[in-house]
Amino acid sequence: MIVSRREVMTGRVLLVLLMAVTVIPFVSLFVTALHPAGTYPSGLSWPENPQWGNFADAFRVAKMGQLLLSSGLIVLGVVPISLLLGTMAGFAFGHLRVPGHKIGFVVFLLGLTLPFEGIITPLYYQIRDMGLLNTRWAIILPLIGLFMPFSVVWMRAHFVTMPDEVSEAARIDGAGTWQLFWRVHLPLATPALSSLAILLFLWTWNQFLLAIVLVDDPAKRTMAGALGAFQGQWGTDIPLLCAGALLILVPTLSIFLIFQRRFVAALLQGSIKG
Amino acid sequence: MPHPSTGRRARRARRSRVAWIGWLFALPAVVMYATFVLRPLLLTVQYSFYDWNGIGSSTWVGLANYGRLVTDPELFATIGHAFELILFFSLIPVLLGLFVAATIRGIARSRLATVARTVLFLPQVIPLVAAGIMWSWLLSSTGLANELLSAVGLGRLTRAWLGEFGTALPAVGIIGAWVLVGLCTLLLLAGMSKIDPALYEAARLDGAGPVREFASITLPSLRQEIGVCVTVTVIAALASFDIVYIATQGGPGNSTMVPGLEIYYLAFSEREVGMASALAVALVILVLACVIPLQRFARDAR
Repeated sequence: MIVSRREVMTGRVLLVLLMAVTVIPFVSLFVTALHPAGTYPSGLSWPENPQWGNFADAFRVAKMGQLLLSSGLIVLGVVPISLLLGTMAGFAFGHLRVPGHKIGFVVFLLGLTLPFEGIITPLYYQIRDMGLLNTRWAIILPLIGLFMPFSVVWMRAHFVTMPDEVSEAARIDGAGTWQLFWRVHLPLATPALSSLAILLFLWTWNQFLLAIVLVDDPAKRTMAGALGAFQGQWGTDIPLLCAGALLILVPTLSIFLIFQRRFVAALLQGSIKG
Repeated sequence: MPHPSTGRRARRARRSRVAWIGWLFALPAVVMYATFVLRPLLLTVQYSFYDWNGIGSSTWVGLANYGRLVTDPELFATIGHAFELILFFSLIPVLLGLFVAATIRGIARSRLATVARTVLFLPQVIPLVAAGIMWSWLLSSTGLANELLSAVGLGRLTRAWLGEFGTALPAVGIIGAWVLVGLCTLLLLAGMSKIDPALYEAARLDGAGPVREFASITLPSLRQEIGVCVTVTVIAALASFDIVYIATQGGPGNSTMVPGLEIYYLAFSEREVGMASALAVALVILVLACVIPLQRFARDAR
């Protein structure tokens, strides 16, 4: 590719600038978190006496251990079930091509752009009538339903690319439909499944609206919901709030940095298909 | 179809046997979707025709809630705000993303670009709530934004950006732009990497500069990616909730009140379930009305 040196330089400068703009809020959060509790530090100033203890305080007052457990339980409830149900339906629509699969697919497709605010009001009354308000099920069950459109569309897109011959061979060996799905197609779907798992984990962990509407106790919410409550309670103590916000970011950020390649690929594909 | 006809016949026979059993595979997904999405969606439509405080009995009011939606200036303004946010959530990230992606296209495989891929994704990974908290602090009266302004001699411009009527909504918009610009840049860059380099070589040999190259090769080839960016960001703008809830709670006054937040307040603080539902229906329709033409536009590219 022919690229002039001046273009390379402008490219670099621009890229560094954009990265700086992206990172500065994180840096500001970090620096502020080190100032003495209760002060209003200005800008990006490094404190004379960094208060590393703020992180410990925030960990304690935010009951971070409980929060991690709660978010973890919610993720464990949502992600595996969503993966399984989405894959089975994607298999039925994309590979088995059951009668009426086109209509079924379109019904799911319509749910893809639905803003959660559009159903939150009746959902509240429905969850209340089911006796599930203020339990983790109040977040888990609706999230599975809300993730179905994306999961089904995503997995169907994988299954339509699978050649019929794969199933033919298994059928000749006497495999039933369930065995065909479980033994043959599920292992072949691993790449699509792992990307979907990453996206669902992220969307569950960061879910805010359902958490604040359906669960009052921050200790039973998702991380994002808990952070909202933390801000309400400690919003005036800026350094403590910043320390808490950073701590809440640590789990997702570390998982992101470990699996960054997969994450970036999944997020890019995710927005294209979504 | 390349297969011999016997294979096809056998397959068809087998398919009809398997056919209806296959629905058993889709059934659990359908049940969850119907119970927790379709049923509430239909109920939203039903509630929107009633006046109900969520506790007592409800009264049928026909289209009165929708009438109020278009006549009550406070409610109607929320939709206006959502559209104003599109300028920040969509226009800035897409234009800036195009500009940056086109400029760094030549160095897309360098080490710097690999690092950038990770860094630019950070805002996508964190909860929007956290973005809201960070930026409330940056944009506060003693925050970094004002400090930078003072440093370059624009001290008289400093203010509490999220706290004043004139600047609160654009300030919220900037937070959204920050969240989405990295995603758009990387999506567009990925699209650009699929363009045949020979096209650029040919353009260079014909003496085309970067601007000409961008207009006649890059832009037309990116129609699908641009469509995706605009769709994702427009939905984010219209359905915005988390950022506004954290940064301004809709204030000062109602200057940053968006439909999502208004639905929340109406339904759960003011106990106007019918009105909240009418606004919810309007929001769902609004999103579809924006997304469907965008999808058409993107699909025509292929």
